[in-house]
Amino acid sequence: MANEVVDHGRRRFLTATTAVVGGVGVVAAAVPFIKSWEPSARAKAAGAPVTADISKIELGQKVDYAWRGLPVFVVRRTKDQLALLPTLAPRLVDPDSEIEQQPDYIKGPARAIKPEWLVVIGICTHLGCVPEFFPQIKPEPFDPNWKGGFFCPCHKSRYDLSGRVFQGVPAPKNLQVPAYHFVDDTHIQIGVDPKEAG
Amino acid sequence: MANVFTRMGDWVNERAPNMMPAYRKHMTEYYAPKNFNLWYYFGSLALLVLVNQIVTGIFLTMNYNPSAAGAFASVEYIMRDVEWGWLIRYMHSTGASLFFVVVFLHMFRGLMYGSYKKPRELVWLLGMLIFLVLMAEAFMGYVLPWGNMSFWGAKVIISLFGTIPVIGGTLVEWIMGDYLPADATLNRFFALHVIALPLVLLLLVVLHIAALHEVGSNNPDGVEIKKGPKGNRWDALKPADGIPFHPYYTVKDLVGVGFFLMIAAFIIFFAPTFGGWFLEHDNFIPANNLATPAHIKPVWYFTPFYAILRMIPSFLGQAFWGVLAMFGAIALLFALPWIDVGKVKSIRYRGTGYKVALGLFVLSFIMLGAVGAGVTAEVIPEWFGDVDVTFWENLFGRLMTLVYFGYFVFLWLYTRFGWETTKPVPERVTTHD
Amino acid sequence: MTKRQLLMKHILLSMTLALGLLVGSTPVLASEGGAELPSAGVNLRDQASLQRGARLFFNYCVGCHSLQYQRYSRIAEDLGLTEKEVMENLNFTGAKFGEPVISHMPEDMAKQWFGKAPPDLSLEVRAKTADWVYGYLNSFYVDPSRPVGWNNTVFPNASMPFPLWELQGIQTAVRKPGSEDVEKLELSQPGTMTPAQYQQAARDLTNFLAYVSEPAALQRHAYGIWVILFLALFTLLAYALKKEYWKDVH
Repeated sequence: MANEVVDHGRRRFLTATTAVVGGVGVVAAAVPFIKSWEPSARAKAAGAPVTADISKIELGQKVDYAWRGLPVFVVRRTKDQLALLPTLAPRLVDPDSEIEQQPDYIKGPARAIKPEWLVVIGICTHLGCVPEFFPQIKPEPFDPNWKGGFFCPCHKSRYDLSGRVFQGVPAPKNLQVPAYHFVDDTHIQIGVDPKEAG
Repeated sequence: MANVFTRMGDWVNERAPNMMPAYRKHMTEYYAPKNFNLWYYFGSLALLVLVNQIVTGIFLTMNYNPSAAGAFASVEYIMRDVEWGWLIRYMHSTGASLFFVVVFLHMFRGLMYGSYKKPRELVWLLGMLIFLVLMAEAFMGYVLPWGNMSFWGAKVIISLFGTIPVIGGTLVEWIMGDYLPADATLNRFFALHVIALPLVLLLLVVLHIAALHEVGSNNPDGVEIKKGPKGNRWDALKPADGIPFHPYYTVKDLVGVGFFLMIAAFIIFFAPTFGGWFLEHDNFIPANNLATPAHIKPVWYFTPFYAILRMIPSFLGQAFWGVLAMFGAIALLFALPWIDVGKVKSIRYRGTGYKVALGLFVLSFIMLGAVGAGVTAEVIPEWFGDVDVTFWENLFGRLMTLVYFGYFVFLWLYTRFGWETTKPVPERVTTHD
Repeated sequence: MTKRQLLMKHILLSMTLALGLLVGSTPVLASEGGAELPSAGVNLRDQASLQRGARLFFNYCVGCHSLQYQRYSRIAEDLGLTEKEVMENLNFTGAKFGEPVISHMPEDMAKQWFGKAPPDLSLEVRAKTADWVYGYLNSFYVDPSRPVGWNNTVFPNASMPFPLWELQGIQTAVRKPGSEDVEKLELSQPGTMTPAQYQQAARDLTNFLAYVSEPAALQRHAYGIWVILFLALFTLLAYALKKEYWKDVH
C-alpha cells in the first residue's frame, strides 16, 4: 500500500499551478460583474455632452444648464467685474487655480476660455449644496465688503465671480470647471474639451 | 507566513472550537467510497450551478425592474446597455436549464444505484423537496422577463390550481392578486424568486448534504462500506473502501467542474438560446394579454410533466384529473423508497426486469418531454404523412404516461412478491479508477 | 467489457440518441403559409453587409418601425461608423447620438392607416428568426382584396404595405388551379434592382435586423473561444492533479 513513494514536489507544483490558474479564472470571471456597475449606455447617453445656446444671456446674467444631472452656471461677466478679479487674490484660498478643479486650459483670475464667459459646476465644494448668485458689488449681510460672487446658503461658503473660494469659509476648494469648448460664438458644448472637439 | 496562519487558526479555534471539527467531518474525514464513477459528478455540479444562479441572480436584480410596464424593457436594458449585462443574464438563463440537466442526471443516478433505499430515505426525501422547490423557483424566474411566453406560461400554470373543485377560482385570483397575471403577480413572484425560495433551497441543500454525511454515500456497487472491513491508509478505524473526500474527491470534482464549465461556456457564448430550447422565440415578444403564442408550452424541463397533464382528458365534468396525474408523477418519486422494497441497491446486481423497467422509465420520461415540447406533433406528419396528428400524438403520449406510472406499479409488484432474481452483491466495492 | 458495462453503454447511448432527437428537432417556426423558408445566411462579421442593411432600414423602414432598444451610438460603435456618418446618413429623426431609434409615426395615425401600430423591430429576428424575416421580405405580392393592396405568402394577410417595391418590382400571385392557394410568385413588373441584387439587399436588411436583435452577439463570439481555451487548460491541470493524488488510492 505505502510502498509507492509520493512525489511531494510534483504534488505541490500541480496543486499550486491549478490553484493559480483557477484563481486567475475566478478573478477574470469577477471582472464582468465589477464592470457591470459602471455607468450604463443609458446613463452615458443621459450624461452626454450638452450644447448650450448662450446668445440670449445678457451682461451680468447667469443661466443654469443641466449636465449629468449637475447644475452648470454660465455667467456673462461685465468689464468691471472682470477688472475686480485680480484684486481679490489676497483674500482667496487658491487665487491661481493650482488645486486641480479645472481642465489645464483654464487659467488666470478669470478661470475661463473667453474671459467674459464663466462656466462652472454649481456645486459647493464643501458638502454639495448649490450656491446662490449675488452679482452686485454692494455690502451683503454675509460680507460687508462683497465684490460679487456666489454664496452657499448651507454653511456660508463664499466664492468670487470666478468661482474661487474665499479664505475662512468651510469650503476647501474653488468651484469645479467642467470640460467645455466654444462650438461657435454663441454656443458652448459642456463635457467636451476644445482638444477633443478638434 | 505559515506562523501567522497557524496563529490565526489557533485564534479562531479558541473562540469557535467546533468549526475545525465540522470542516474535518465533512471534508478531510468524510470517507466516501473509492469507486464513484461518472454519475457521481452531478451532485457537486448542482451545487456549483446553485452558486452561479445566486451570484448572477443578485447582479440581475440590480438592473431588473419588477413591473409589468418595465420588466421586459429592463431585461433588454441588461442585454444591451449594462456593461457585460448580456453575459450575466446568459449565465443565469443557461444556468437554469443546466441546473435541471444536472439534477435530472443526479436523480437518475439515485434510481440506478438505489441511493434512495434504506438507510438513505431521508437524503432522497430532502432531495425530492429540493427538486420541488427548484421547479417553483424556475417557474417564477421564467415569468420575470415578462415576455409573451412568460405571461401565458404563468397564466396556464396558475390556472392548474383553478381545476381544484370548489375553491379553484378563488385560489387562482388569490395567487395572481388580480384577474389575470399582472403587476401584483409579477411583484410577488419576484419576491419569492429572489428571496424566499432561494433561502428555502439553501436550507434544504444544507440538510440534504448533512443527512448524506450522517449515513455516508452510496456507490455504484450499492455496497455499504461502513459495514465492510475497517482500516485504510489514513485511519485504522474508518472503512477500508473509503477515501477522504478532501483531497481525493475535491480534485476529482474539479475535473468534472472543468468539463462542465466548458459545455456551459460553449452554450453561453455560442448558443445562448440553444435553438429556442433555453430561451424561446416567443419570449422575445413582450407580454400581450390579448394574443396567446401559437405554440404555447413550458420550458423543456417541465415538458414531461406538462405532457402528462395534457394526455389526461377531463372526466365527470372535472379537469383536475390531469393536474392530479401530473402532481402524482412527482409524488410517486417521493414514495420510491417504499415502493421499491428490493434489498439489492445497484442496477449491477439487480434482475433483468428491473433493468428493462428503468430503461423504459427513462425512455418514457424523455418521450413525454418530446410530446410536451411539441416535437411529436411536428415529427408525426413529417414521418407518417397525412395522418390524424392529434390522435396519434395522444395515443403515443398516453402510452408513455402508462409506461411512466407503470414503472412504479411494476417495481412494487416485482420487489414485493419476490419476482426479482438478483445477483450476489460483493462484500467490497469492485472497481475504481 | 463486462455485460454490465455493455448495458451501461447501451443506456448511455440510447439517452444520447433521445437527447439528440430533442436537440436536433429545434422548434421550427415555419412560415404560416406553410412554405419552407430559404436560409437568410446571416453573417454578423460582414460589416459591409450590416452597413448596407442599416442604410436600407433607415431609408425604407424607420418611417414606421422603431428600434426602441437600439441606440444610434451603438450602431456607430458596432458597425465601424463615425458619429458624423451615423448622424448624417442614418439619423433622420433628429434624435441625439446616444438616444434609441424611435420612429416618428404617430401611433393613432398608424392604427388608422394599417389597422394596427407597426411593431417595434428591435427583437424581430429573435422572435421570428432571420429566415422568417428574409422570407417575408421576399414574399410580398399585389392583392387588391387587401386594404393596403399588398399581401404576403410568409405572413398571410399582413397589414403592411411593401415599401421596397421600387427595388424588387411588383410580384403577382399564381394561384393553384381551382383554388385560392398561392402556388408561386411571379415578377410582373421589374424594379430598379435585378432579382439577385434585391435578394442581396433583403439579406443585408435581415443581417442588420439580426445584429439589432442581439448586439451582444458580436462580443459573445469574440470572447467565447478564449474562455473555452482557458477552461480547457484548467481542466487539463485539474486532471493531472487528480491523477497525481489518486496514485494513493488502490
